[in-house]
Amino acid sequence: MSLYQTQKLLYQLNKDVQMQASFLADHEAIMNNFKLTQEEHDALVNKDIGLLYILGVNGQILMHFAAMCGLAWPEYIQAMRDALAIHGNVRTGLYVTTDGKGAV
Amino acid sequence: MSLVFAGVCSHAPGITGRAHMADPDDKETLYSAFDDMREALEASKPDALIVIAAEHFANFFMNNMPAYCIGAADEYEGPIEDPKWLGIERRLIPGNPELSKRIIAKVMKDVDVAYAEEWKFDHGISVPLHFLTPEYELDIIPVNINCQGPPLSPLHRAWAFGQALRKACDEVPERIAIVATGGISHWPATPDSGKINEAWDKEFLQRWCAGDKDALLSYTDEETWQDAGQGGFEIRAFIAISGATIGSQAKVHYYRPIPIFAVGCTTGWVDL
Ligand SMILES: [Fe+2]
Repeated sequence: MSLYQTQKLLYQLNKDVQMQASFLADHEAIMNNFKLTQEEHDALVNKDIGLLYILGVNGQILMHFAAMCGLAWPEYIQAMRDALAIHGNVRTGLYVTTDGKGAV
Repeated sequence: MSLVFAGVCSHAPGITGRAHMADPDDKETLYSAFDDMREALEASKPDALIVIAAEHFANFFMNNMPAYCIGAADEYEGPIEDPKWLGIERRLIPGNPELSKRIIAKVMKDVDVAYAEEWKFDHGISVPLHFLTPEYELDIIPVNINCQGPPLSPLHRAWAFGQALRKACDEVPERIAIVATGGISHWPATPDSGKINEAWDKEFLQRWCAGDKDALLSYTDEETWQDAGQGGFEIRAFIAISGATIGSQAKVHYYRPIPIFAVGCTTGWVDL
């Protein structure tokens, strides 16, 4: 489990426009700098916002990556709800859902 | 000179970023409440504005997370968010490093704080400033209390921090305003986004208006997380204002749960 590394990558990406361009052009070059599990690596490559949520990425970090990936707000919320149905609840951290039924 | 204004307001990114998705009455009444707050702030003729905001991984991460940090830059950039997503243009905001450092040194007599000569604003500061200082002419001193994740500073330390900040304000010749920003109950950036515990919010705000120290400090983080969500940890910002204004009554001027903004939107200030 290297949630810390996944979040660190996203934290840096969120505030660095140049890194965002590099990530979109050649994501492996960015990801080599972080110790990620295969599942985390694939979730980032596939821009699988739902799975990143399940892995425990803090919402205040994930919502920016979701926006960067072009998800509108309702799509972002829906991606997390869909992931809960597929994977079950968040595996670790504070962002475990309490009911998943908030009103968008 | 002294503290000339102390208030609180919401900072949820949806307030500006998703304004087009809101019920017009929700949007208009909230925006006009922000206008009222701006007028009250301006009437106090501040020389500088301290914004106590829970930030959201714009500057600080778990590699080096301060419990409390005060900015001391001559200018700040913000918002870090995509300007279109947040609905606020990216720009430079003036700071006052000399005043910051005097205040930091005074606060340190009572509470250990980190300081930062570089700081980028996220929605926690950018949304309030968009409404409260729309000309961006007032010097800003940003303050962060870590409200993102444990280990979190205990509530009684947020109170003590507010007290220390008040002492510092009273010891400098400038007229200082403080605005603390944050949510009350909310589940931001989760599948529960839009859930708001109105009863919990109202109880909290009642304690905040009364400056009831024992009642304000009695919440445990576990209870707050259960009843008020991940965003509920931001009550630390409100509590710092109470610590800074002991003995004064505060008033909530606007409160309305607005699910599309993901929080019970609030403005309030203290009768100093
Ligand atoms: Fe917040």
